[in-house]
Amino acid sequence: MKISKFKSLKELDSYRVELGSRVSNKRLISISAASCGRAAGALEIASALKRSIEEAGLEEKVQLKLTGCHGFCQFEPNVVIFPEKHFYPNLRPQDIPLLVEKAVLKGEAAEELAFKDELSHKRYLTVEELPFYKKQVRRLLDAHLDLDPDSLDDYLKAGGFKALSSILKKNDPIQIIDLISASGLRGRGGAGFPTGLKWRLAREAKADRRYLICNGDEGDPGAYMDRGLLESNPFRVLEGMIIGGYALGAEKGFIYIRQEYPLAIEKIEQAIGILKETGFLGKGILGTDFSFDLELVRGAGAFVCGEETALIASIEGRRPFPRQKPPFPVIKGLWGKPTVINNVETWANIPLIIDKGPDWFSALGTEKSKGTKIFSLVGQVRYTGLIEVPLGLTIGEIIEEIGGGSKNGRKIKAVQIGGPSGGCLPASKFNLPVDYESLSESGTIMGSGGMIVIDDSTCLVDLALYFLRFASQESCGQCTPCRLGTRQLVRILEKITRGQGQLKDLELLEKTAWTMQKASLCGLGRTAANPVLSGLRYFRTEFEKHIVDKECPAMVCKSFTAYVIEAEKCAGCQLCLKGCPAGAIKIDPHKVLTIDQDRCTVCGLCYEVCPPKFSAIKKISRKALEKESGKTPDFN
Amino acid sequence: MRLTAEKVKFIRESLRALPPERRYLIQFLHQVQTELGYVPEEALKEAASYYSLNPSEIFGLLTFYSAFSLEPHCRHEIVVCQGTACHVRGSGSIQAEFSRLLGIRAGEDNYEKDISLKSVNCLGCCAIGPVVVVDGEIKAKVDLKQVEKIVRQITSEKAKNENK
Repeated sequence: MKISKFKSLKELDSYRVELGSRVSNKRLISISAASCGRAAGALEIASALKRSIEEAGLEEKVQLKLTGCHGFCQFEPNVVIFPEKHFYPNLRPQDIPLLVEKAVLKGEAAEELAFKDELSHKRYLTVEELPFYKKQVRRLLDAHLDLDPDSLDDYLKAGGFKALSSILKKNDPIQIIDLISASGLRGRGGAGFPTGLKWRLAREAKADRRYLICNGDEGDPGAYMDRGLLESNPFRVLEGMIIGGYALGAEKGFIYIRQEYPLAIEKIEQAIGILKETGFLGKGILGTDFSFDLELVRGAGAFVCGEETALIASIEGRRPFPRQKPPFPVIKGLWGKPTVINNVETWANIPLIIDKGPDWFSALGTEKSKGTKIFSLVGQVRYTGLIEVPLGLTIGEIIEEIGGGSKNGRKIKAVQIGGPSGGCLPASKFNLPVDYESLSESGTIMGSGGMIVIDDSTCLVDLALYFLRFASQESCGQCTPCRLGTRQLVRILEKITRGQGQLKDLELLEKTAWTMQKASLCGLGRTAANPVLSGLRYFRTEFEKHIVDKECPAMVCKSFTAYVIEAEKCAGCQLCLKGCPAGAIKIDPHKVLTIDQDRCTVCGLCYEVCPPKFSAIKKISRKALEKESGKTPDFN
Repeated sequence: MRLTAEKVKFIRESLRALPPERRYLIQFLHQVQTELGYVPEEALKEAASYYSLNPSEIFGLLTFYSAFSLEPHCRHEIVVCQGTACHVRGSGSIQAEFSRLLGIRAGEDNYEKDISLKSVNCLGCCAIGPVVVVDGEIKAKVDLKQVEKIVRQITSEKAKNENK
């Protein structure tokens, strides 16, 4: 049904009652269709389902819905069938007829399609039973299981805009700020500044107008919490902003989304349009005298725009250079006016806090870090996806109990938290609770919530180099410590990975990092060296091995690694010979294959094409290889 | 290369459709980039006079962002995600293999095959990495073996279209 404009709070209330009375006894099949779901084929599954249901003539019995991200992204495409909440992962179009027959026609579980744990071979049927979901507290993410992100009705049905109506009825903006302060909510973008205090400062700053901004420039590689929220429940983020507008006395808000997220942009644009049509945005919202408008701004691919002053410059149409703080944006922000900038997840928490109260929010968490936090649990872990946990859970609990431990039985050696501004924590720190203080004391940051699990197949020197290359490309170039510091660190690390490092280089790394921390203009430069520093703090021996022993324990750095063919395992299938781009694989008249080490570029293609039943290609250290052949390695 | 009258018209019309405040500049550049595949010098000059800015200032803005390009690119585009999760799962070798097959580095064009190769910092599809975007379509869990297939698919489609 098309909703017309709500002219008063009363109209909204009675519409909500009407929505509640519409009970459907149809079974619901919800298809996870955010970006990663679509990439894995969610839309094909949706059309296969539609076809199958039509063929069986079951249109009256079942409703199909494209929802946002269900969170268990590794097992896309997946569907959840309500009311039982049965979870069916990794569906293929050929699975659909069986699913429809069992789950819709007969109304029973399709056990053979249910989730099967790789290790225990145990099957899990409902979302609640799945180990991945069990330990989570999904306050923000739960709605993603059955909410259509395009439908305002769905959002209203789930209690959406209750918070907004209640504050408009009370008509006390200052009380909202008190509530947010009392909840203990801290910025979810990484730095963890208390949200209530930020709002109060902006409210108290003298000005003729104020602005607010939603920072959706989620630039940290390896993190996608904000994309998940924007694509799956856009109305909640926007409701948070409208409440913020009311509390701060702002008439205009901007939502800045990076252009790498086309689906998030589409969903938000559409949601803003719907809210304008239905009277939640614009002049005289819901018949009150409160006016507020929102505008979407599309980023253009610059990491530094995640820094708040750079983001302001970007919205103003200037080159996104960060500037000196203070004055902070709450005093002097967009066009010189007091501006509150909060991260997507922070805004999404606002309606919940207003609706359920600050005590409900702060019941979870630690003394200084309240509530829940979304993380993207990815990397070399068995179960990857978007998770939400109470702050204070330990890293180990997250990796082992939610992530299911190591992906392929290898040893997990670290977890990278906080993206390019964060650092790697070693397995010995996995008993650390995840909260703002514990993380920063141990040399990383909460960041926006990327959690990348690393096993012994990842080289920490290479990873530090990866982040520093990223930082040096994304450095805006304005201040010297960051512009030259990042490049200098890249050069030194490259030297080390090539086998030309010296022990004194480690000191040089630390000195350069120190200068960058102290003297850079903005957060990007001040934190850019963290991946190196945390690497040196916890994995110094790995750096030293590269320098002294000319060895890469993870066998990632190409200068220290070689591939050989194990003659006794090789079946002579010649797949590697055909695949080798360097023509380095030789075959002799007896059909024995060998790798010519002088021609080999260590690309690893042979290693990948060799059929697993043979796995005749072995990765060995160059040192071991040279020992066999009696040559001394030459790294210069 | 001179722009067709049609393209010049597009540039002028999209410019005039937005208020002459510089905050709409990025929106305008996005429109031109999407429609033409690059931002030609004419667009830059037109924008400078419309917004009363020095062309150098717009040039600075344009080249700062990775979304805009001053040169046209090929019809087909392969984008390799270099996010951290993709990196630890081997996106570096995938990029290198594309580079080798196409004989170009990321950010360059192979005009003969009509393929541009790009890298992107993170697409936020980290759970299904390594991720490669081929002409706008995201491919999940790509491994080294698939690289050649992807290139071959594009070139054979291209050949098919040319024979039609």
